[in-house]
Amino acid sequence: MTTVKQAPAAAPPAPSPRAPSNPDAVARPPRRRARRSTISVLKHAGLITLSVVMIYPLIWLVVSSFKPNGEIFTNISIFTNNLTLDNYVKGWSSQGAPFSLFLLNSSIIVVGAIIGNLISCSLAAYAFARLNFRFRTLFFVLMLGTIMLPIHVVLVPQFIIFKELGWLGTFLPLIVPKFLAADAFFVFLMVQFIRALPNEIFEAARIDGAGHLRSFVQVTLPLMVPALATTAIFTFIWTWGDFFGPLIYLRTTSVFPVSVALKGFVDQQSTSDYGGMFAMSVLSLVPLFIAFLLGQRYLVKGIATTGIK
Amino acid sequence: MSSLGELRNVALSARRRGPRVKTRFTDNKAGYAFLAPWLVGLIVFTIGPMLYSLYLAFTRYNLLQPPRWIGLDNFTQMFSDERLWNSLRVTFTYVIVGVPLQLVIALVIAILLDKGMRGLSFYRSIFYLPSLLGGSVAIAILWTQVFGKDGIVNGFLAWFGIDGPGWISDPNTALGTLIILHIWTFGSPMVIFLAGLRQIPDMYYEAAQMDGAGRLRQFFSITFPLLTPIIFFNLVLQVIFAFQSFTQAYIVSGGSGGPSDSTMFFTLYLYQQAFTQLHMGYASAMAWFLLVIIAAFTGLNFWLSRFWVFYDD
Repeated sequence: MTTVKQAPAAAPPAPSPRAPSNPDAVARPPRRRARRSTISVLKHAGLITLSVVMIYPLIWLVVSSFKPNGEIFTNISIFTNNLTLDNYVKGWSSQGAPFSLFLLNSSIIVVGAIIGNLISCSLAAYAFARLNFRFRTLFFVLMLGTIMLPIHVVLVPQFIIFKELGWLGTFLPLIVPKFLAADAFFVFLMVQFIRALPNEIFEAARIDGAGHLRSFVQVTLPLMVPALATTAIFTFIWTWGDFFGPLIYLRTTSVFPVSVALKGFVDQQSTSDYGGMFAMSVLSLVPLFIAFLLGQRYLVKGIATTGIK
Repeated sequence: MSSLGELRNVALSARRRGPRVKTRFTDNKAGYAFLAPWLVGLIVFTIGPMLYSLYLAFTRYNLLQPPRWIGLDNFTQMFSDERLWNSLRVTFTYVIVGVPLQLVIALVIAILLDKGMRGLSFYRSIFYLPSLLGGSVAIAILWTQVFGKDGIVNGFLAWFGIDGPGWISDPNTALGTLIILHIWTFGSPMVIFLAGLRQIPDMYYEAAQMDGAGRLRQFFSITFPLLTPIIFFNLVLQVIFAFQSFTQAYIVSGGSGGPSDSTMFFTLYLYQQAFTQLHMGYASAMAWFLLVIIAAFTGLNFWLSRFWVFYDD
């Protein structure tokens, strides 16, 4: 895992390979150098144009959330003089409960899922990476298989299980599986990480008399903080944005997370409170955006090594 | 060995022996103690439900009365279910058009973002952000507005005097807008490509330059062959994920798969059968059909990979 060199996002650009320390570059005839810089300018122009196209809908969403309802579609530009907070005020209470309740519900589910994933996935990963037991290879292959398994194959029976347990309409179906390492992605990510740690550390711990529990808690966990951070951030982002699970298990407004609450705006589009819809959409994206800013380094590393989004 | 290469071996071939452990003696008790939560989860939430779902696929079951065995009826019904075949066509179009386009763009942009280029981390962030948000309800809602009759796209077209249709409400274009949404999230495969590009040793390019190879020649002789395992890895994963897309189609169509079933993904039809019609047996049969389709596509990908994926080691 550590062999994938990803510069931290905030780091200054690495020295250019075309730096003058390269004697070739100095000797290069001027015309060729001019052509190279023309290509470079064109490349940046293209990339900046693409960046603007990519990001424009997001900026438009944010700006529109501050526009008066009448102006949202008559003025598609992101420049306006009439900025207002009305949409936030109206949107906040338009879904049958104050939006703070939906934010709170999402937060409870997210925190539960993060705690569950951190505990259960790290335990399983330690077993796979450090312990030798019967059927380990078989279980490891099964674990990888569950990553690829479409959730639909287990959907109906899981629904019946939660129904029989009386858990429908509660957060339990969304949290409890995380305590049983249902997100095998993270087990895999942590296995990769623990395997990359030098074996000598674990041997030293054993010589000092540490059992597996101590070796896990006092040696492995502190060393795998980057993998734990990656797991926490991805769990946050996925659980916050998850729509399918809450759609199936939660049916009353008072337990809706943000994702399902937003759906309400689509269901009742005849009222066409576009401003409120945009405002609450923006609010729902703010936590994701903050996670993105804070965890960029881990996000990039996480997807580079495992291919998860 | 590189971690991406290792990942590819572990995740994609399963031929590998399993994790390396230097201690030779076995430690069954501790092993199973640490594995216990995952094992319980595997049995209770995966293997058990899979077996039960397989059973339900041969029954009629509406949650209220106990399941009734009907043999292969669900499967024969699937063959004559026009809406199911339509949903397959929609899903296949989405996968076969969306995934390759997304990967080609991800690869081209990754290659444009040279090592040590100015502003690399800025571009990477900008291009990656949409793939982080893309699966959320808010973005799906935004898409209905961007491609609406009065949306940004038509506003832009109006500058050129073109009167655009309501892209989302027109059955001919609705699926296209979802494919564009998929392509918009090219950032995550791009980051994987960037990591792969970084692992190609500079000396290969230096040697090629000494031999007088141009940039195009360097791409086809060095970059592309060495990157094929990662292209393959991205392709397999993206196909598996794309087959399971749900949220965007649900929100864009208000849960209906409309207009005229043009955004009725297979998973959306499965959801409707299970949770609005309460055809739990039929939905289970559909789920197994989906599993077979995904497995077949993945198998096909592996078979085809023998002809174009190049392994250095």
